[in-house]
Amino acid sequence: MSSLDQLFVEVTRSLVSRLPPWLAPWASMLATIGAIAAAAPVIMMYLTWLERKLIARMQNRLGPNRVGLYGLLQPIADGVKMFIKEDIVPRGADRLLHLLAPIVAVAPVILLFAVLPFGRNMVGADLHVGLLYFLALGSITSYAIFMGGWASRSKFSMLGAMRTVAQIISYEVPGVLSVVAVIMVTGTLSLVGIVEAQADHWFLFTPWGFVAGAIFFMSGIAEVNRTPFDMPEAESELVGGFHTEYSGMKFALWYMAEFLEAFAICAFTTTLFLGGWQGPPIPFWILAALLALLVGTAKSLALPARGLGVLALVALGGLYARQPIPSWIWFFAKTYVLVFVLVWLRGTFPRLRIDQLMGFAWKFLLPMALVTILAAGLWSLMPFPYGTVLAVLILAASYAVLVRWNRPASLSPRTYVLAD
Amino acid sequence: MARRLVGFHVLRGMGVTLKTFCETYPWGRAVLRVLRIPSTNGLVTIEYPEVKQQHSERFRYFPFLVYDGTPDDLRCVACKICEQECPPQCIHIVMEKDAQGRPVKVHGRTLPAQFDIDMSICMSCRICVDVCPFDAIEMDNAYELSASDRFEHMLFDKQRLLKSNEYFQQIKPTEASEVDQRLAAKQKKTAAPAQAQPASAAPSSPPAAPPGAGPAAPPTGRTPGPQPTGPPRAPQSPPPGA
Repeated sequence: MSSLDQLFVEVTRSLVSRLPPWLAPWASMLATIGAIAAAAPVIMMYLTWLERKLIARMQNRLGPNRVGLYGLLQPIADGVKMFIKEDIVPRGADRLLHLLAPIVAVAPVILLFAVLPFGRNMVGADLHVGLLYFLALGSITSYAIFMGGWASRSKFSMLGAMRTVAQIISYEVPGVLSVVAVIMVTGTLSLVGIVEAQADHWFLFTPWGFVAGAIFFMSGIAEVNRTPFDMPEAESELVGGFHTEYSGMKFALWYMAEFLEAFAICAFTTTLFLGGWQGPPIPFWILAALLALLVGTAKSLALPARGLGVLALVALGGLYARQPIPSWIWFFAKTYVLVFVLVWLRGTFPRLRIDQLMGFAWKFLLPMALVTILAAGLWSLMPFPYGTVLAVLILAASYAVLVRWNRPASLSPRTYVLAD
Repeated sequence: MARRLVGFHVLRGMGVTLKTFCETYPWGRAVLRVLRIPSTNGLVTIEYPEVKQQHSERFRYFPFLVYDGTPDDLRCVACKICEQECPPQCIHIVMEKDAQGRPVKVHGRTLPAQFDIDMSICMSCRICVDVCPFDAIEMDNAYELSASDRFEHMLFDKQRLLKSNEYFQQIKPTEASEVDQRLAAKQKKTAAPAQAQPASAAPSSPPAAPPGAGPAAPPTGRTPGPQPTGPPRAPQSPPPGA
């Protein structure tokens, strides 16, 4: 308990050390798996709450605030509702695949979290090929979605599934290519190694990293089918897209897969480009003071609860005053900032047309991702000012050229002979 | 220059949503004030069960029967005009009659034995109020009338429809004072010939006066006028059951 940074690591270690030696490795594994398996549904549930709250504020509404304080019990109420709903399978549907599809969608997304470094020494399994593992598991979702769409035996589901497959396959290419630059610079596929390589500078603040990060994040949004890339479940066109024929818990599983993957995209963008759990050494008491201020001014809380919360936070801040903000707080803070950006994009932009969607991936993101590889090479191999300047120039020039080439053909105004 | 860059308008669009987001929080409005960005109070939601919307005085929902002073002193004479005029036909009136089938008079007026309005059919059109020659029916502004039982709770009988003139004055002061003035003027017009009438009519009206005036006078303080409205009104009322 001496270090806030290693709190979870030390707690697990002290628990495991009390067990007989032959049991210890199993228990250690089980603890990691249990933590991830328990955290995933909670993260998903509160992601729905957060998204509804944020998007409501962007639309001048209040969002869920009826069930519990600040509507915090809303996800649980939704969960109960999903549980007791009737599970309907359409006549003529492939019952086995219909059941299997949402499970196939959720499982790989939960597995993604195994390689994610949540903090210093906090990683389920530090695979040497962690990044490859992420890319491989991330694309299984397209199979699940096509499976669900096909098994439903409904034209809306089928159309949604077909769009999804086209979209995911298209966006995977620039997504993967943008990561190549990171691999080139760090020389490792291990996510822990990539985070450690960003100790002095986050990749976001390098010219190639900024562009590659943006490409990675955008392709990620497209892969999880979120607005503005939500063609597969365009409500106004396809009812619900691939999950039109799903209800009850199966539907909830689809949602879980989607939200968890959105969270995973944010988490991996954080890991690859935003320095993961690295953060400037700001003392912990500043964070505690800020939180205490937040709790102290929360109008909806009862006065004793506010006082208690402030006292607890002040005590915590005093206890760990000298230590920097723990790495896992940095990781989650950055991830949730990206989640906010995700919701922000959803609150701002309308859905793209299918040709715009495909054109954006193949004609803009893909060449841009190739250019980032060149820029990353220049940046890392040439001495400091020249490499950076050259990288910036190349990226800016290719951006301008690509935008020029992609400009839609402007037609001259039509003249109607018979109208005059 | 910046405006011509591709992506500028994308960022500007995001700025709009971010500003809307900030406007809904006090701290956000403070930040916008510091940045000198004009802002409004973003939240327009009225959280209904706790906070209720301020309705205008003319807001109406469902009719009620007005009485002066005591609940038995109805203005309604069971003339059935509203019953006939009601577009969805949700009013049902039966006049109070004695064993011989003659209309019973209380305070010098006929009165309804039954006066039912079906709330689930009423469309809040206010035509009943407009056609009533006695200002006996008025629109209420209570709107939380939902119930689980259609026939027990949504069928309003006479007892549930009765509300005092003070209540009317309280919910709609302007309209109520207009009605009171109109009634007082009518009173004066009909009272003058009544006084001018030969002595034969005189003995009949004073006895009717005290019971009507007694209970009505103390609490109201409404338009003074001659309270005993019974006999003077009678000539104006259409023949009951016509």
